Amino acid sequence: MRAILLIGTAALALSACDGGPAPQQHGANPSLPEPHRGLLPDMTIPRPAEWGSDRPTVPEGYTIQAIATDLRIPRQTLVLPNGDILVTEGTGGQSAPRLNPKAFIAGIIKSWGRTSVAGGNRLTLLRDADGDGTYETRSIFADNLNGPYGLALVNDVLYVANQDALVRFDYREGQTEASGAPALVTNLPSAVNHHWTKSLTASPDGRFLYVGIGSNSNITERGMEVEVDRAMVWQIDPQTGAHRPFATGLRNPTALTVQPGTGQLWAVVNERDEIGPDLVPDYLTSVREGSFYGWPYSYWGQNVDTRAQPQNPERVAAAVRPDYALGAHVAALGVAFSTPSMGTAFADGVFVGEHGSWNRNVPAGYKVVFVPFRDGRPAGDPIDFVSGFLNGNGNTRGRPVGVSVDPRGALIVADDLSNTIWRVTAKR
Amino acid sequence: MVAISALRSLRPLHPLNAILLAFPLPLFLGALLSDLAYQASFQIQWANFSSWLIAGGLFVGGFAVLWALIDLVRSGAGRRKRVAIYFVVLLAMWVLGFTNALVHSKDAFAIMPEAVFLSAIVTILALVAAWIGYSGFQSRETA
Repeated sequence: MRAILLIGTAALALSACDGGPAPQQHGANPSLPEPHRGLLPDMTIPRPAEWGSDRPTVPEGYTIQAIATDLRIPRQTLVLPNGDILVTEGTGGQSAPRLNPKAFIAGIIKSWGRTSVAGGNRLTLLRDADGDGTYETRSIFADNLNGPYGLALVNDVLYVANQDALVRFDYREGQTEASGAPALVTNLPSAVNHHWTKSLTASPDGRFLYVGIGSNSNITERGMEVEVDRAMVWQIDPQTGAHRPFATGLRNPTALTVQPGTGQLWAVVNERDEIGPDLVPDYLTSVREGSFYGWPYSYWGQNVDTRAQPQNPERVAAAVRPDYALGAHVAALGVAFSTPSMGTAFADGVFVGEHGSWNRNVPAGYKVVFVPFRDGRPAGDPIDFVSGFLNGNGNTRGRPVGVSVDPRGALIVADDLSNTIWRVTAKR
Repeated sequence: MVAISALRSLRPLHPLNAILLAFPLPLFLGALLSDLAYQASFQIQWANFSSWLIAGGLFVGGFAVLWALIDLVRSGAGRRKRVAIYFVVLLAMWVLGFTNALVHSKDAFAIMPEAVFLSAIVTILALVAAWIGYSGFQSRETA
């Protein structure tokens, strides 16, 4: 396998594919180079490394600490009204068949950048009863879930998006353990489940839930038939389980959130791979009802992707452009709106957890950024908020996933490589 | 005992070598047909078939290349030219076949049109290699 990688490196050198730092790819008008792919895709997989006494880097005036370690693949978090933190732990996508030789090899290569711990398929609750920033109590809130990922609390009901179903638990404030098995709200598309994570958020009035459903392939290489009900955001009525597509063409909407004040739904979306180190930018966007965001036929509006056949010029013409490019291959997996309690410099904007790239020679992502907002819209370049995961030797000590803002003034970051929950606060 | 001593007499391949050489042509031809089917229908399963057929042709064909190389090293001056041509054709088939496997590792229609071109060339090379191989080589004794 390494031999193949070496051959690939040579092939890349020959094809003069520089794989250098990303060009300016932030904001509403990212530069989009021509699609390009050599005989092998660009690949750099930072291997897992230990933190030792090091910690991730945070801005001046902030401090970071690990509030939970030795979790079993933490993905998303939810701060409950009493300050308790719920963490989904698990993994999914096990049923996605490997249909060609590439799938076997790619599976092995990508696993080099992952934890060897088995997914917990559970919810863990963390509690800091005395408010000193140490989460001294830890309990298993619910177990035996199936690839749990998205979380939402509406009044006294906790919703969990498993990889195959949206389920609900009754929740009373102060509970450390669910009172029973979850009840089904509705099944979610789970055949194949190439992109298995089901992101979740609720409308401000609690009337609707929104579930992000990823595509069943990078770019239809599993066939068009398996893409029914994929690459879209569903709007679900939690009372009846009735659902409908709210927005489509979103390749992998890995995190959803609602903007305070406006009630507007926002998402971070992972775009397609294997057409170059700087294509296609992952993005942050407001999710407009009924809109089509291009996948698989085109990207960033009307840029046609000829890999998806048969083509569909009508859909291409209808495709809308996302709001804000985060950069290609950063793998945004978490999004949360900030609050003034995070400090004046980071009061208005969103935090985005970037899991990090595999499809670039120079890794991108592997950090949490802050995208500043003005008048309710992204305004300005992203600012590193939690970085230093890459250790400079080509290895990484962590990979950020979900981010949550504790209204009392803390950013909660799930790290699914070091199996840690990080908490960033302003120094007092 | 009848001694075959005619200078131009050709000895057939060793049965195991013949079995190895029997794989590349039908597998690479199958890949070419699958590629054409994918190009015409956009049905991805044809591209998956191609990938596996090529992988099979490379796997077994690799042993045939190895056999030819050993044969080349061991052959005397009298038969070396024909063995060398056979080896070169087989090696070219394998190298282009491997390139074709990498092309087939692209996603969906990104394999086109290179997949069809390479599959056609590799099939022709497999045909030529099989033709030379099954025509036989001068035995060492008569060389």
